[in-house]
Amino acid sequence: MSYLSVTDADREAMLAAIGVSSVDELFRDIPTGMRFGRELDVPPALTEAELQRHLEELAAKNVVDEVCFLGAGIYDHYVPAVVDAVLQRGELLTAYTPYQPEMSQGVLQAIFEYQTAICELTGMDVSNASGYDGTTVAADACFVAKHATGRSKIVVTEATNPQVRQVVKTYAPGFGLEIVEVPHEGGATDPDRVREAARDAAAVIFQQPNFFGVLENAPELAAAANEAQAMPIAHVDPVSLGVLEAPGNYGCAMAIGEGQSAGNAMSYGGPHYGFLAARSDYIRRLPGRIVGETVDAAGERGYVLTLQTREQHIRREKATSNITTNQTLLALAGLVHLSLLGPQGLRELGETCLALAQYAKDALTGAGLELVFPEQATFKEFAVRTGRNGREALARARAKGVYAGYPLGRDYPQLDDALLVAVTEKRTVEEIDRLAEALS
Amino acid sequence: MAASESYPDDLLYHPEHDWARIDGDEAVLGVTWYAQDALGELVHYEPPSVGATVSKDASYGEVESVKAVSDLISPLTGEVLEVNEKVVDAPETVNEDPYGDGWLIRIRMTSQDERDQLLALADYRKVLDDEA
Amino acid sequence: MKLIYEKSQSGRRGIGVPTPNLPVPEVPAHLARREPPRLPELAEPEVLRHFTALSTRNFGIDTGFYPLGSCTMKYNPRINERVVGLPGFAQLHPLVEDDAAQGALELEWQLQEILREVTGLDAISLQPAAGSQGELTGLMLFHAYFADKGEDSERTKIVIPDTAHGTNPASVTMAGYELTPVKTDARGNIDVEDLRGKVDEHTAGLMLTNPSTLGLFDENIEEIERIFHGAGALMYYDGANLNAVCGISRPGDMGFDVVHINLHKTFSQPHGGGGPGGGPIAVRGILEPFLPTPVVARDGATFRLDYNRPKTIGKVRAFSGPFGVFVRSYAFMRSYGPALREMSEVAVLNANYLLARLKDAYEVPFDRLCMHEFVLSARALKREHGVSALDVAKRLMDYGYHPPTIYFPLIVPEALMIEPTESEAKETLDAFVDAMLAIVGEAAEDPELLHSAPHGRPVRRLDEVRAAKQPVVRFRFEDHPVEQGAGDRQLEAQKGA
Repeated sequence: MSYLSVTDADREAMLAAIGVSSVDELFRDIPTGMRFGRELDVPPALTEAELQRHLEELAAKNVVDEVCFLGAGIYDHYVPAVVDAVLQRGELLTAYTPYQPEMSQGVLQAIFEYQTAICELTGMDVSNASGYDGTTVAADACFVAKHATGRSKIVVTEATNPQVRQVVKTYAPGFGLEIVEVPHEGGATDPDRVREAARDAAAVIFQQPNFFGVLENAPELAAAANEAQAMPIAHVDPVSLGVLEAPGNYGCAMAIGEGQSAGNAMSYGGPHYGFLAARSDYIRRLPGRIVGETVDAAGERGYVLTLQTREQHIRREKATSNITTNQTLLALAGLVHLSLLGPQGLRELGETCLALAQYAKDALTGAGLELVFPEQATFKEFAVRTGRNGREALARARAKGVYAGYPLGRDYPQLDDALLVAVTEKRTVEEIDRLAEALS
Repeated sequence: MAASESYPDDLLYHPEHDWARIDGDEAVLGVTWYAQDALGELVHYEPPSVGATVSKDASYGEVESVKAVSDLISPLTGEVLEVNEKVVDAPETVNEDPYGDGWLIRIRMTSQDERDQLLALADYRKVLDDEA
Repeated sequence: MKLIYEKSQSGRRGIGVPTPNLPVPEVPAHLARREPPRLPELAEPEVLRHFTALSTRNFGIDTGFYPLGSCTMKYNPRINERVVGLPGFAQLHPLVEDDAAQGALELEWQLQEILREVTGLDAISLQPAAGSQGELTGLMLFHAYFADKGEDSERTKIVIPDTAHGTNPASVTMAGYELTPVKTDARGNIDVEDLRGKVDEHTAGLMLTNPSTLGLFDENIEEIERIFHGAGALMYYDGANLNAVCGISRPGDMGFDVVHINLHKTFSQPHGGGGPGGGPIAVRGILEPFLPTPVVARDGATFRLDYNRPKTIGKVRAFSGPFGVFVRSYAFMRSYGPALREMSEVAVLNANYLLARLKDAYEVPFDRLCMHEFVLSARALKREHGVSALDVAKRLMDYGYHPPTIYFPLIVPEALMIEPTESEAKETLDAFVDAMLAIVGEAAEDPELLHSAPHGRPVRRLDEVRAAKQPVVRFRFEDHPVEQGAGDRQLEAQKGA
């Protein structure tokens, strides 16, 4: 086995030093009845060349050559080559969590820079080093809100990503939380309905732009939550934040989201990173790693994991979360991508999404389709009626090489005829014309 | 600058390394030299609110060092009259002066009987000897 | 070293964005961004250089020996990085119809089959994102199982030994259970007498790491299994230490009902400075109906995601799980095949060899053969020379090693927890022993050398008290006014000189 160095001579010498006669003897503490008495029944070992071929064959069974208008939380944005180059640096790729800061200044400084980028995007004071994804950070935020407010009701808008809502509902019983959903009206959420539901609530979670791609009246939703002393929590798309206002600037207590659109390949759903940022009032209640600045014994600036008494390895059953492994490498990818874009690039990225999505709306309505929420402003995604079952419409478009969108009937039965169409900066006018042709 | 080891004999002690200085129906509470030494330099004090009730043998707050967190166990039952804001701002005050400037809360006692259940210095020293 | 924000110069760009010749719709004024985020502004070469410079200030398993106990820092094969980037994997959207994801689903299915065989259990959920989320998911399954039997409100307690990882008690709280701690006996096993008095009709189950965080296989596991199953309770296996027993002993055969597998430990997903990980769970058939959705299912030659599971607990993460992690771990497993047993054998051989060579110089709290890791105590060094486990750890850096895990498990004073993994050659282990022994000598001769270590890293020992007391957790632009054109002025100064 080429990953192992041990030779027969090594083995003999080592067993002698240990004072046992065989490798089997090393396992003598395992009761006989619990020893596995046969060879593992797993597929045979492959050499590297065979492995490459096997995985190429598996990869070839996936269909990735259809023009992608599928979004619904994960988006086909471009990932720069520099991101890959940085992530393949072995010193970063193959390091563990930076428990020993003198060995880990590289990753610690990178996380500090990432935290800064997330705070800048969201208008918040503090960010953790990442959560698992855009769904679990919502559950984390509920836990923060419960303990910060002493309340046990969470309000979530129905126009929030269905998977986010499902994860929050799955975590809720353990947290002792009740989840209340506020329905959308015409694709957006009515702040008055939120105001009503927010009474006695720990938090109000809404998504901006929402799952339908629609721009919510986010400042009003936040105000409605604040009036009830419930924490407004915005679930946001990082690449929208060059053109859309930062949640911290319209009164939100926390901002969370799925980071994939900034720097991560779609990779069939992961690994990606969830981001979680908050006002400084909540810093001691945040889950996960936080990196802080300090100085070394010579007075030079350096970085460490800080406020660790929040965490499970110290506070154990009273910890703010059980998280330990997070998504640092993917968050680093996000930092690299955002650093390449800069403020101007991020703004242009948002504007290109806006412009292409508008072109797509016009092309589809021009081809005779109807928008589901024609009155609403959107960002890079919108819902369109296909005139037939959404999955059927999708199948017909795919036959023409276009993956036209996400059938909304999967989550919203009353929208059975609708597709959610996402348009990133990677799409071209020609591809959008093909979409219109494929759906008409 | 950390204080050197000492245990004043005018205080009453709780086996969880907390002390009380009783004056009439009021008491000032803090942690002993042993407790602050075991924790190391304190970086955070999470106090109760003024007006809150604290109960004998129950936690009324927390102190933290970089790598440890400890519940503050109340030796007495009562109502919180005052929190030492100096320790909130500069938690290391507890390390520097655990029995003076490093006090934690002042309470009005609701039971005078409880003082008899606390340890005099000689008995607290036995607790310390057992832990060593 | 400067932060990337301190290298920023207004007007620079690291990548272009397509800007089609189309009108840009106005964002409604009350929703539009007013002040742009202060992201760095650098050209592409400087971005790459910045992160390359950061990487040189970091230490990975590629750099050298990394015996961080409980973290299983093994070699991460590069073929795995190549195959995960195949367009058929990397560019696959997670919400495509199943017919477009047959290769991905087949890979997930095959991975599940291998995990079933390695754990000796019946069904798998790949969804949990890391070990701690696997724990929480497992405890949610406990709730669902007992709710189904009408016992959930009665069974409120989870038993955990005092050697456990902190994630176990934290998961118990997040799942809405109460913690019942149990002690460790003089041989490092669960104290069975203490245990007997703590398991009853209110016990939902046990969470156990076996081998434990002491690196010891619990010799009483058969009796423990009788106690829990006899009380109608369930058993959870924290798979953090599975690298000790692949192909040697299976958690399912030990009696456990749920196991999580840390793909980033045993199965070589690179840890990336903190993550990603993968924490699939394997369960006994009685728990299968409650698994999170979707579940990967097979119909003859085709594969699909099954969402139609009426008794499911719900969803703990988006989609079917962190697929890229599955690609790497599956590739790793296929490289070994049935020789996964040899992987664990060598991991245990390496650990015992290190233990044998170090046990006279350092205290061994439990003098037994170990499994894949072991715990030493620096208590004698502390007593005799005032040198702590932390000092030993920092000094090891000067010898070119990443330190072991220190001060864990909590029951061992001045603990040094060492896990070499199977990846290391005997010469590496010998050189590490030499360093550990040299440090014992240094402790006696020059303790100050150890107190002030490390001496050869990019930074000296860092002030963690200051970081915690006055947290600075983001760059404060207002404290560091940007010097526009600073680079140009330096150039001018050089020319003038």
